[in-house]
Amino acid sequence: MPPESEYPLQSLTAARVVVVAGKGGVGKTTVTAVIARAASRAGQRVLVVELDGKPALAELVPDLEVLPISAPDALDEYLRDNGFARIAKRLNRTGVIDMVGTAAPGIDDIVVLGKIKQLDRSGQYDLIVVDGPAAGHAITFLTSAAGLADSVRSGPVRAQADDVLELLHDPQRCQVVLVTLAETTPVNEVIETAFALEDQVGVQLGPVVVNGVDDGVDLPDESATASLVAGLEPEVAEALVDAAAFRRSRRQMEAQELARLTDQLPIPQIVLPAKLVAGLTPDDIDELATVLAVHEDGPT
Amino acid sequence: MSAPAADDLIEASSVIVCCGSGGVGKTTTAAVLGLEAARRGRRAVVVTIDPARRLADALGLVDGLASEPQRIELDDSTGELWAMMLDTAATFDGIVRANAENDEQVDRILDNAFYRNIAGALSGTQEYMAAEMLHALHADDRFDLVVVDTPPSRNALDFLDAPGVLSRFLDHRLFKLLMLPARSGLKVIGTATQPILRAVGRVVGSDVLADSVAFFQAFAGMETGFRERADDVIALIRAPETSFVVVASARHDTIAEAVWFVDQLVEQGIDVTAAIVNRAHPAFGEGSADDALDASVDAAAAGAPGLAALWRNVADLRTLRERELAVIDPLAKVAGDERVVVLPLLDRDVHDLDGLRTIAAHLFDHPIVER
Repeated sequence: MPPESEYPLQSLTAARVVVVAGKGGVGKTTVTAVIARAASRAGQRVLVVELDGKPALAELVPDLEVLPISAPDALDEYLRDNGFARIAKRLNRTGVIDMVGTAAPGIDDIVVLGKIKQLDRSGQYDLIVVDGPAAGHAITFLTSAAGLADSVRSGPVRAQADDVLELLHDPQRCQVVLVTLAETTPVNEVIETAFALEDQVGVQLGPVVVNGVDDGVDLPDESATASLVAGLEPEVAEALVDAAAFRRSRRQMEAQELARLTDQLPIPQIVLPAKLVAGLTPDDIDELATVLAVHEDGPT
Repeated sequence: MSAPAADDLIEASSVIVCCGSGGVGKTTTAAVLGLEAARRGRRAVVVTIDPARRLADALGLVDGLASEPQRIELDDSTGELWAMMLDTAATFDGIVRANAENDEQVDRILDNAFYRNIAGALSGTQEYMAAEMLHALHADDRFDLVVVDTPPSRNALDFLDAPGVLSRFLDHRLFKLLMLPARSGLKVIGTATQPILRAVGRVVGSDVLADSVAFFQAFAGMETGFRERADDVIALIRAPETSFVVVASARHDTIAEAVWFVDQLVEQGIDVTAAIVNRAHPAFGEGSADDALDASVDAAAAGAPGLAALWRNVADLRTLRERELAVIDPLAKVAGDERVVVLPLLDRDVHDLDGLRTIAAHLFDHPIVER
C-alpha cells in the first residue's frame, strides 16, 4: 500500500499558500478546485488563484473567490505601487513592459508570485490555492526568483525577488502540491519535478495527489469470469470478458505505477477516485472534496 | 476520418504540424504519424518541443532525445524514422551565425546576457525556433516528411505568428530608440539619460539595461536577414504541402480547446486535415450503458452477484464512452465529421514502440468510430 496521507486535508493545507502543479491533462485544475472546496467547507477563508486564463476553474467552484492573475496586469500594478505610477501608462503604451519582461526573464513570474505574496500578507485569507503552471514550467516559475536575485543586483525587482524567495523558503507559508495520474509518463514526470523542485528551489513539497484512480466495482478474476459467462451468448460473453480484462489491466497498471511512485518518491500520497464522466461539474468537485475531508477530525 | 483520409495525410504532406493543449497525447500522435510514414517507406523526422521529453519516452529511448536527429531502429519499416528535440537556444544561435557579418559580431551577440535571455525566454521564441527548425529539416535531403509537435500553447496562432515575433521586436520603438546612439555615434550613457530608459533601468537595474543596449547595438545590420528568413518560414507553414492536425483527448475541456484551435486556423484560411481525439474508452459489445445497467440489476436480483459485477463493469465503461462521444460532438461540427478520428484508450500506458504501433493500427487500418 502507498503511504497514504492520514489527514489529507490538513496535509494539503499545511501552508497558507498552496501551489498546485502537474503536467497537462493530469487534473491540476480539478485538484485545485477540490482542495479549495474542502478547505472552504472546513471553515477556512479561501482564495483561488488562476494563472493561465482558463475560465474552467471558476465554473468548478462557482461560489468561491477566484482571482485570475495575468503577468502584464501584475507588472503594471506593481509599477504603480512602487512609485512608477506616472510612467506606468507610458511604459505600457510603448510596449516597454514587454521589453522589461524580456530584459529580465522571470520578471513575469516574479510579479505574479509577488502578487500572491502580497495577498498572503494581507491576512484576508487562511488559504490561497494557486492553479499553477504545467510541470515543465513549474520549475522555471518557482526558480525565477533565485535567478533574478542573481542577475539583478539592485532596484525594486530585486527587492521583490528577495521577498518571493522568503515566501518560497518558508514551509509555514508556502508548499507545492504535485498532481499526477497513475500512469507511466506522468509518474516519471512527477518524480523528476519533485526532485528538481527540492534541489533547485528548496520549496516545501506537500503530499502528491494521484488523480483519477479507478476504485470502482470489484471484479471477479479471469478464471471466475470465464465460468460466470459460460452459457451466455458468445457475443455477450465476449463483451463481458473483454470489458473485465480491459479494466483489470488498467487497474494493474495503476497499482504498479502507484507502487513505483511510492518506491521512488518518499512523500505521502493522496488518491482521488476516477469519476465516470468526460468533464467534471461542481457536484463532482463536491464529492471529491468529501474524500479529502474523510478524516476531518484529525489534528489541527 | 476514414482510413483513406489518414492515408492521405501521411502520403501527401511533406510537413505535418500537430497542435493541441498540453497532456492530450500530441507528442504520442506525432510519433505515431512518423512511425506510420516510415512503415510506408518515407524518411520521416519527428521534432518535439516538449521539455518533458515525452517523445523519448514513447520511442523507448532510455537516454532521452538529442538536439540532433537520431535514427530510431525499426525492423518492420522500409523507410526511416528519426526523432529529435528542439534546442531553442542552439537553434537561435545558428540563425545568428548564419546572418552575422563576421565572427566578432557573432561573439558579441552570443555572449550578451540580454541575448541569452531572448534566446531562452522571449515569449514566442520557442514557437519561432520550432518553425525555423521545421524549415531547416524540410530543406534537409535526409528527410521527406517533417512532423512537428508544437509547444502546448493555448493559441494556435502563436505558432503561425512566431516567425514574425522577432521582426516585430526589431520594429519596436524602444529598439529604434536604442539604435540611435549607434548611428549617431553617441555613447550608451547618453541614451540612458532618456527618461524612459532611466525608468526601465530603475525597475530592472542598470546592469540589465546596459546589457540590452549593448545587444541592440551588436545586432545592427542583421535585421534584414532575420526578416527574410522569417518570411520563408511563414511561407512554408502556409504552403499546401503543410498539413495541420489538431489533437485532443476525449474530455470536455480539451475538446473545447481543440474547437478553439480549429476556429483560429480556419479564420487564417488554414484547413485542418485531421482532428485526432485520443483516449476514448473502447466499445464493449452492442447496446447502451443503460442496457448493461439493467442486465446488472437483473443478475443481482437473480442471485448472481459475480455476473452483476461484470455487467456493472460494462455499464461503467459504456457510460464513459457515451459521455466521451457526446463531448466530441462540437469538434466534429467545426472540423467536419469525416476529419475526426477517435482513438481508443489502451489497456496499458503508451510508452514504447509497440504501444505506438497499436495506436497506428487503430488510426490507419481500423476506423474505431463508425460515423
